[in-house]
Amino acid sequence: MDDLWQGMLAALRLIVALDADLFEIIGRSLYVTLTATLIASAIGLPLGAWLAVSRFRQRRVVISLLNALMGLPPVVVGLLTYLIFSRAGPLGVFGLLFTPTAMIIAQCIIITPLIASIAHQSLRDLWAEYHDLLISISTTRGTRIRTLLWDGRRALLTASLAGFGRAIGEVGAILIVGGNIDHVTRVLTTAIALETSKGNLAMALALGLILIALAIGVNLAVHGLSRTERTARW
Amino acid sequence: MVELLPLTLTDASVRKEGKTLLGPLSLTLSGTGTTILLGPNGAGKSTLLRLMHGLDRPASGSVTWAAPRQTAHLHQAFVFQQPILLRRSVLDNIAYPLIAHGTSRATAREAARDWLSRIGLSAHVNRPAHTLSGGERQKMAMARGLIRAPSVLFLDEPCSNLDGQATAEIEALLHEARNAGTRLIMATHDLGQARRLATDIIFLHKGRLLEHGPADPFFTRPATSEATAFLQGDIVL
Repeated sequence: MDDLWQGMLAALRLIVALDADLFEIIGRSLYVTLTATLIASAIGLPLGAWLAVSRFRQRRVVISLLNALMGLPPVVVGLLTYLIFSRAGPLGVFGLLFTPTAMIIAQCIIITPLIASIAHQSLRDLWAEYHDLLISISTTRGTRIRTLLWDGRRALLTASLAGFGRAIGEVGAILIVGGNIDHVTRVLTTAIALETSKGNLAMALALGLILIALAIGVNLAVHGLSRTERTARW
Repeated sequence: MVELLPLTLTDASVRKEGKTLLGPLSLTLSGTGTTILLGPNGAGKSTLLRLMHGLDRPASGSVTWAAPRQTAHLHQAFVFQQPILLRRSVLDNIAYPLIAHGTSRATAREAARDWLSRIGLSAHVNRPAHTLSGGERQKMAMARGLIRAPSVLFLDEPCSNLDGQATAEIEALLHEARNAGTRLIMATHDLGQARRLATDIIFLHKGRLLEHGPADPFFTRPATSEATAFLQGDIVL
């Protein structure tokens, strides 16, 4: 209980003191995760919609695969990304290892299947509702996908936020590909891991509380901007 | 308006999950006016409409229009028993078919506004479609179906959940559409409505086509015992 109090006090002290290192880390956490969420949404949401409106032989296999990939262990993703971007790896020439860009790529790999899968689940129901009408109007597949993405945008927001939630709290992959280098690739989660291993529990806890507050803050901001949960249904 | 008729069904049948829902049946639709599909529940009225429109594929036989299949489909519209509401404003619901086929948003909305005033819903332009009443929803669906001036309009019991006033308004829209040259093919089990609108009748029972012919002889001298019983208001089994 004592640790908890001390953690809260430490968190408060850091924030009130406008600790420069802390805000740098917060900024980097947000930059990496928001960028990854945007890229993963740009891929995952249309993919989910495409899966909802398409009927092909291997569709079930693809969907099962996607659902399985939702549980992809971040550490393994980190390791694979590390191998690909390391000097000797196939993409080593780009020199991306231990940069925020590598962290963004690793997070994209982790959350794209999650976003696509949740998007597919919700758009599948919308497609069942719209199917007859959109077939009747002889829409192209592109029009169907665009219609579902637009009319299902509220549900898709949840998919993106779920991806954001998974990425912002993720440590295994970005620790490996980022390396937790001070002022370069250190983010909130890797800093927490470091402080904990140093035995600096109060500091670790302080950073943890800030991380949670950040996640809640982003969700509230997105809902506020998009005006969801205000009117009864849409 | 593109000439799609005659429509010819040859030994067409529809099966779902191993059960035959309709046919095999053969028929030809041509000319102008309103074809009414009559028959008890489960007779296959909706299935026949969906088959003609291409929403259901024939398990056997064929459905052919006077135009190539895709061209034919482009010039048809379908009004469902339960209007399908897009999660958009009333205006955008009506404008949707135009926008989906490449009309600019502004032009499409202008046309939709015209339709809204024709169906008396101008006050509801920007309301979400789901806030409309049952009758208003069906009028919106009619406007959405008619906005691209289809050669053929299918209607699946569009008035089944509506009161007299709303039914009269829908029928007025149907008259206008017919006068504008749209061929109407409509399922109903309201005999009064069938008498008011029909130029010819298709009578279905248990997925089989029992009668097809001009409306007047059908109502005065039906050829089959099932149709006779149906017209007398008996329960047809």
